Amino acid sequence: MQKRLVLDQQQISIVLKRFCHQLMENHDDFENTVLLGLQPRGIVVLEQLVALLKEIAHVDVPYGYLDATFHRDDFRRRDFPLKANETKIDFLIEGKKVILIDDVLYKGRSVRAALDAMIAFGRPAKVELMVLVDRKYTRDYPIMPDYCGIKVNTLESQYVSVEWREKGFDQDAIWITEKA
Amino acid sequence: MSQLSTRHLLGIKNITAADIELIFQTADNFKEVLNRPIKKVPSLRDITIANIFFENSTRTRLSFELAEKRLSADVINFSSSNSSVKKGETLIDTVNNILSMKVDMVVMRHASVGAPHFLSKHIQANIVNAGDGTHEHPTQALLDAFSIREKLGDVAGKKVAIIGDILHSRVALSNIFCLQKLGAEVMVCGPITLIPKHIESLGVKVEQDVMKALQWCDVANVLRIQLERQQIKYFPSLREYSLYFGINKRMLESLDKEIVVMHPGPINRGVELSSDAADSGQSIILQQVENGVAIRMAVLYLLAGGK
Repeated sequence: MQKRLVLDQQQISIVLKRFCHQLMENHDDFENTVLLGLQPRGIVVLEQLVALLKEIAHVDVPYGYLDATFHRDDFRRRDFPLKANETKIDFLIEGKKVILIDDVLYKGRSVRAALDAMIAFGRPAKVELMVLVDRKYTRDYPIMPDYCGIKVNTLESQYVSVEWREKGFDQDAIWITEKA
Repeated sequence: MSQLSTRHLLGIKNITAADIELIFQTADNFKEVLNRPIKKVPSLRDITIANIFFENSTRTRLSFELAEKRLSADVINFSSSNSSVKKGETLIDTVNNILSMKVDMVVMRHASVGAPHFLSKHIQANIVNAGDGTHEHPTQALLDAFSIREKLGDVAGKKVAIIGDILHSRVALSNIFCLQKLGAEVMVCGPITLIPKHIESLGVKVEQDVMKALQWCDVANVLRIQLERQQIKYFPSLREYSLYFGINKRMLESLDKEIVVMHPGPINRGVELSSDAADSGQSIILQQVENGVAIRMAVLYLLAGGK
């Protein structure tokens, strides 16, 4: 199987630090800002970002996990129902600036579902999207990231796999892989 | 695994422990949805569900209807009391007429054992058994086991005493199957006239002394005396039943441990449960009702999913 490295461990670390500084620039003291990681894979990015914000900006930004399974538009179009993940949001997002965090932006359908799911927790003042990888020219919906680690051009026959040490891989890495 | 092993939920007997675990995991997610400011998700937006109740029900029908509406399904309700069934129409004709209106799922309660099984052989829609006679009531058993898991952390290894009218109860049979599949020990307790013969063959203990049952168990699931199902008198009077098989706070306090008290409702207060026991801190009766909606949402979601 052909694999091409998109970001290695060091580059991911640089991207996450850059995200931190961009957020500090745009959100001042984070007084009205909350972070939401999209289940299942966005929460790994979220947790690393939360730790870095604490270390670099010395702030504890409220954060939660958002699962959009029940809001997806492909229910009954799949062979099996999607298995849901935990949603854990202990705060209302009414009037907050929300940063949605995911690992890869592909068709934009997950983010659309996430926006729908998010509204159940209040009406935010503003929503921004942060992704490690933006797969260019693949979008079904007009959704673009506000914060992006790297843009890649991919084919339908390829997928982007994100590997994390905490998920049992040797090191953090993002690959473009040919579908089997 | 994200799919049930069956297209219909007709009973607990014919589903697997993995199915039950999947329903529980999905219900956990729906319970979180039910605690959001906006409690509705669009999962079943293009699904029509018919609630067909050939027998009276308040809480089960309301619980199913709320679950369906929380999932954004279109819902139609049918009750036999004011329908053409009274004019002699057959079950299959009634249901086929309803299905001609492009219904995707049927939630059915019927006084006859096996009615949903019969129906499942004749129609394409997914069927959920909401109680068939004295046979099974699968979603009640699921919500009971889910409530035990929520309260005690796990069902495996727990001792559950089902106390009361076992003979006429569909809840008891489904509970026995469900709890045993999840690794719990089950005892049934009640007047000997209300315990089915040979029930030991299901692997349950049988006890006639309520205090002994309470001392043995971690959970007491107290059942309603179903007077409407009793064609003959199975015990002399409600007063005597209450005296020998009723549970009150004093009995619970006399135990050397704190047990969990459950009841599928509606309670005959002062008969099978005294008010001070039903309303005590040990009772999780209202949590059972709340969990019922989440469990039914999970079942409907999982059955409706897939092509």
